[in-house]
Amino acid sequence: MMMEKFALRSRILLAGAAMSALLLAGAPAGAVTPADTLVEGFAIDDIITMDPGEAFELSTAEVTGNTYDLLVRLDLSDTSKVKPDLAEGWAVSDDGLTYTFKLKPGLKFASGNPITAADVAYSFERVVKLDKSPAFIIEQFGISGDNVADKAKAVDDTTFQFTVDKAYAPSFVLNCLSATVASVVDSKLVKEHVVKAAPTADYKWDNDFGNAWLKTGYAGSGAYKLREWRANEAVVMERNDNYHGEKAKLARVIYRNMKESSAQRLALEAGDIDVARNLEPNDLDAIAKNADLTTNSAPKGTVYYISLNQKNPNLAKPEVRQAFKYLVDYDALSSTILKGIGEIHQTFLPKGDLGALDENPFKLDVAKAKELLAKAGLPDGFSVTMDVRTGQPTTGMAESIQQTLGQAGIKLEIIPGDGKQTLTKYRARNHDIYIGQWGQDYFDPNSNAQTFASNPDNSDAGKSHTLAWRNAWDIPDLTKQTEAALLEKDSAKRAALYQDLEKKVLDTSPFVLIHQQLEVAGLRKNLKGFALGPSFDTNFVGPVSKE
Amino acid sequence: MSTVESQEKAGRGSARAFAILSSIGRFLVIAVTTYLGLLAVTFFIGRIIPIDPVLAVLGDRAPANVVERTRREMGLDLPLIEQFYIYVRSALNGDFGTSVLTTNPVMTDIRRALPATTELATLGTLIGALFGVPLGVLAAVRRGSLIDQIVRVIGLIGYSVPIFWLGLLGLVLFYAKLQWVAFPARLDVVYEYTFTPITGFYLLDSAMQGQWDVFWDAFRHIILPASLLGYFSLAYISRMTRSFMLNELAQEYVVAARAKGLSERRIIWAHALRNAAVPMVTVIALSYAGLLEGSVLTETVFSWPGIGLYITNSLQNADMNAVLGGTIVIGSVFIGINLLSDLLYRLLDPRTKSA
Repeated sequence: MMMEKFALRSRILLAGAAMSALLLAGAPAGAVTPADTLVEGFAIDDIITMDPGEAFELSTAEVTGNTYDLLVRLDLSDTSKVKPDLAEGWAVSDDGLTYTFKLKPGLKFASGNPITAADVAYSFERVVKLDKSPAFIIEQFGISGDNVADKAKAVDDTTFQFTVDKAYAPSFVLNCLSATVASVVDSKLVKEHVVKAAPTADYKWDNDFGNAWLKTGYAGSGAYKLREWRANEAVVMERNDNYHGEKAKLARVIYRNMKESSAQRLALEAGDIDVARNLEPNDLDAIAKNADLTTNSAPKGTVYYISLNQKNPNLAKPEVRQAFKYLVDYDALSSTILKGIGEIHQTFLPKGDLGALDENPFKLDVAKAKELLAKAGLPDGFSVTMDVRTGQPTTGMAESIQQTLGQAGIKLEIIPGDGKQTLTKYRARNHDIYIGQWGQDYFDPNSNAQTFASNPDNSDAGKSHTLAWRNAWDIPDLTKQTEAALLEKDSAKRAALYQDLEKKVLDTSPFVLIHQQLEVAGLRKNLKGFALGPSFDTNFVGPVSKE
Repeated sequence: MSTVESQEKAGRGSARAFAILSSIGRFLVIAVTTYLGLLAVTFFIGRIIPIDPVLAVLGDRAPANVVERTRREMGLDLPLIEQFYIYVRSALNGDFGTSVLTTNPVMTDIRRALPATTELATLGTLIGALFGVPLGVLAAVRRGSLIDQIVRVIGLIGYSVPIFWLGLLGLVLFYAKLQWVAFPARLDVVYEYTFTPITGFYLLDSAMQGQWDVFWDAFRHIILPASLLGYFSLAYISRMTRSFMLNELAQEYVVAARAKGLSERRIIWAHALRNAAVPMVTVIALSYAGLLEGSVLTETVFSWPGIGLYITNSLQNADMNAVLGGTIVIGSVFIGINLLSDLLYRLLDPRTKSA
């Protein structure tokens, strides 16, 4: 009942937005934001912590990306590589186990404290010992609270050494070190705010490594420093004059929490915000046509898919899995509800990843699908349900798919639910079909390969809840191949291994990948240097200025 | 004799004291059971909804071992009854837990969100009562006339048109087109970091500090959502006033007053309205309480960081501590306002004085 209300609400809101489009042609611009301040309207209600060792939310990634530095960062000109950030260079030992980083000279945190290798070591130590959600990105190299002192250590003031347990592909290790979780914190400052903790069976350490303070506090060295985060209201950042790179152009950046696309558009048109970040296609369209405004977009590492639970005997038939891939009207989706916010993309590695394939062989082909269904012994189709989170684009996609499945005799019942509710069901493997999105955890092909193409234990007790596991897709061979790709040192060969995996998944998997998300923003024309990055932690605002 | 008298006095005194005590006691029993019922229902609904609360804390991407550990840390592996017991025990100690979404203690969040909502609801109710009562009286006096029809249509629109839709329309017209009001928020960006609130009621705070530019800015932000809420409560108040007034105007004392030769104006505004005012107080109080808890949609459209938005947001994210804390606060406000309207009722109605 509650959920229906929400669904109804969003539908009527859409109608309201459409109406406002009619009324708004040619609204005058009046208000102006301060000349030294960038104001963005952004749905930031997903932020639950500002501690880079704990945060795993998309909006937080943007803030920490601008306020913290890393040893290495994604190279924006070729995202399959990394480039130096705090480190001026690195060396990998011959056995492929030890990575030695040399810090740039004279680095300082925003607080004025010098950045030393000891800070880097402390940053790794606290991540691993706190063991929060993103800690596995570091822990997967065989690092635990007991050995981290040895595996991630300062050799001298400017030399940091990182030791992994296997001879992984260096590209994999370096990509992981470019993730938010590897941000370098000001250990001197953090240690001033440490809270004592009583060791328990789950948590063996005697203090919280500043976690409670860093949830809202700040101890970084990025182009901007975090001044304030007020949950559900605003994030305020100020220029960091100690930044080692090119200094930020504007003195202040304010993200204001605004949830509705139509409200963001109104505020942008009136000049009360400089950037609108959560625009739906109709509002985006109107902004693109406005002479005072412009738009910016970038493909993000998030893919949308539907998946077929292999516990359902009909969906488990290989021909049915194939048939579903012919029963999505990709072209119609891309010209309507995904217009401007998504690009058709049928392989599991998003564009920009090492080894990403840009092949979209499937098209809507009802006759072919019917043939496949007949071969599966289901010439008259069958009935099946799909769990759909309310809101766009998922609802619109589901409705389109319902219609095209119907053409082949498959009766699809849509079960609407709120995001957390559908996800709870999905994670318990109680769905038939699920429509969802997957954002990669770190910028490396292994992140998506691991979830789409590996399933180490398909039993209900299986510990690794990959997307393959959630859909009960038992794939011992692909799992082995995913693991092997991790150890391939030669980047070109490694890319080829992933391309092979992508083709196999494209062909046989219960995943129907549909599109890759395009992040969009509407901006005032007087902004210079605003560009969305390839990932959420590379949406840099340092280069932005105003005319 | 004097002892007898004093004994008698003491006896009568203690009987009166007992009566007062027992009515306070009865009120306490009712309040406590209401609270417990509220707590239990919210708590168990929160636990049986098909949403995993750990998901709210960790999101979808957390590995299995972290999920298991967090489940234990949150006490979700314990039997439900035990979880409830632990919750009630800490709630009695004033600890409503920490909100997952904001990482603040729930009461800190509510202390910040409640003034925003109260400011909006108070202004809204003021507008509603100021316009609603006269309109209702007019409609009753000129029953069946054009004015009555107009008031009816105004009421019907306020009743049936979704408030957020009106909100969006209002934004398009008064904000985007005419630029009479400011954009959805409580203050402009410029003031947001130079102005320190004291009570959390921005209009009051800025006036107290003599910052009239901030006052004007806050006013430009609040006026549209407050007018919308005002319109909403006007619709209700005018309908109710009309029916109370019709009821009063049909009474014999009105006929008597007319026979006495009193002016029609005096009869309506001084006699009939005064009598209708008694039930009106309850209506206005209930409408005020309704605005306090029910302006979720308005708060969403106007990015107003109030209690409605806080609870809805928490509910959607299965942040049960925040939902429970918010429910209890709103429950208290509701009970408090009911009690207050009860008191006012006694003050206004002379018949309840003698009793």
